[in-house]
Amino acid sequence: MKILVCITHVPDTTTKIKFTNGDTQLDANGVQFIAGPYDDYALSRAIELKEQFGASLTVLNVGTAETEPTIRKALALGADDAIRIDAEPTDAYFVAEQIAHICKQNNYDLILMGRESIDFNGGQVHGIVGEMLGVPSLSPIMKLDLEGNVAKMAREIEGGKEYLEAKLPLVLGCQEPIAEWKIPNMRGIMSARTKPLQVITPANPQELTKSVRFELPPAKGACKMIPADQADTLIDLLKNEAKVL
Amino acid sequence: MSVLIFVETAEGKAKSSSLEAVAYGAKVAEMLGTSATALVLGDAQDLEGLGGYGANKVLHVADSRLNAGVIQAYGNVIAQAVEKENAQVLVVAKSALADTVAARVAGKLKAGLASNVVALPDLSNGFVVRRSIYTGKAFANTAVTSDKKILAIKKNIYTVTVTDAKASVESFNANLSDADFGVSITSTEKATGTVSLPEANLVVSGGRGLKGPENWGVIEDLAKALGAATGCSKPVSDLHWRPHHEHVGQTGVKVSPNLYIAVGISGAIQHLAGVNSSKCIVVINSDPEAPFFQAADYGIVGDAFQILPKLIEAAKAKL
Repeated sequence: MKILVCITHVPDTTTKIKFTNGDTQLDANGVQFIAGPYDDYALSRAIELKEQFGASLTVLNVGTAETEPTIRKALALGADDAIRIDAEPTDAYFVAEQIAHICKQNNYDLILMGRESIDFNGGQVHGIVGEMLGVPSLSPIMKLDLEGNVAKMAREIEGGKEYLEAKLPLVLGCQEPIAEWKIPNMRGIMSARTKPLQVITPANPQELTKSVRFELPPAKGACKMIPADQADTLIDLLKNEAKVL
Repeated sequence: MSVLIFVETAEGKAKSSSLEAVAYGAKVAEMLGTSATALVLGDAQDLEGLGGYGANKVLHVADSRLNAGVIQAYGNVIAQAVEKENAQVLVVAKSALADTVAARVAGKLKAGLASNVVALPDLSNGFVVRRSIYTGKAFANTAVTSDKKILAIKKNIYTVTVTDAKASVESFNANLSDADFGVSITSTEKATGTVSLPEANLVVSGGRGLKGPENWGVIEDLAKALGAATGCSKPVSDLHWRPHHEHVGQTGVKVSPNLYIAVGISGAIQHLAGVNSSKCIVVINSDPEAPFFQAADYGIVGDAFQILPKLIEAAKAKL
């Protein structure tokens, strides 16, 4: 069995976002970059499946050279090898096309990724890849087990979940609690340095969207404090002042 | 040319977020000088009524296999409807289903997809939409450059006015094959009788400050008195005090209600990311230094178990 996990390289969830260069670029100064938290769930489950079924596990990232520490961390966690498509991941269609291109050469049984990246939150790439490969894509997947070539899954829906079954190959967008996040051990970190990391130039690069300018939300006004013994007046304020009730 | 709006249904009724999408899509159609068509899949009621939200026409695919949200089949039918209507723009309301379906349509039609759209497009220089990025921490003005465009809109971004106009209804037979139903839904677990969190206009959320799942009664009672949905913070969901579908935040549900009441939640940046597009935020916390107060419109410092009963009583008396 062959598993591909696609990871993003994104600002840590605690980052205070700022822009630079006339609000056309993220100000990466002082920003800690990580693999997306949803991608980490996908990778963690893939590592468990690799251990259970003896699968091969490749990680893929579309990004420039600065993403390599994030890729090496995925190798340290247990991926066998890695592919980096050397390009800025600015548009979902472009990223999906790169992933689909690699998939067509490699016949993966499972293509896992996070339900969405935490920078642009599009949640599109798995669907577009599924369509390009002509296989089902499902998201957000919170449980994944394999029985032969059939995947048994739970998918979050509004107010609950649905249980699904489908034959491999599949493209899945993952989220918690599909697996527990893993921490790399020293042996993993040492071996990651020598695991193969292939750098590939993008195929057929084309974008369908382009972000022209970024903005921060307007500053929030002061919070109106209500004494605890007058808590009941809040309902009046919400009804007559804020007009939200 | 036209604007097509995918209307998601629950129990045969259009979801409120989809009604907002119809109104938004009708406005986009007006801006482009064209008409708006709503697309409804599976068994559904009151299709003509979508005219009241601005749809000129409703395409209805009355295939009972589409009563359940089968992602691949939905993507295929919507793409066929886009072609049939020669739609330049497809509008969907963001949801766990619509997001994944819209992505498949984008792949099929090679259409640029802008998600988390928060305003009408700016047509003065191409087709530029404002969308929420970094989980609500910022906005991007994004040009969609492909011929066909897909917009996935956030909830509560467009003011809906309802008229008594009726839409014409046309049935549409889409071509579907067994391959579109390769994924089978074996069972569904769904909370019933409560307000759906992503769809809710009002949300009451509890955090670790409530000390245990046995204390959730006050949250539920306040939610009930207001007609609100209940949510929780990540630690509460991680501790299994509440189910994961109630987890609000960066890696959980992102909400944009009119009113978000946070009880006993300190306001970690990851939680704020999930709520920062709420119109009004109320924070109730015993710690006056809780960072959440800085993001709040109204705040009360004190013991939730004393404050909430007062709010419940006031809500029952005055609403």
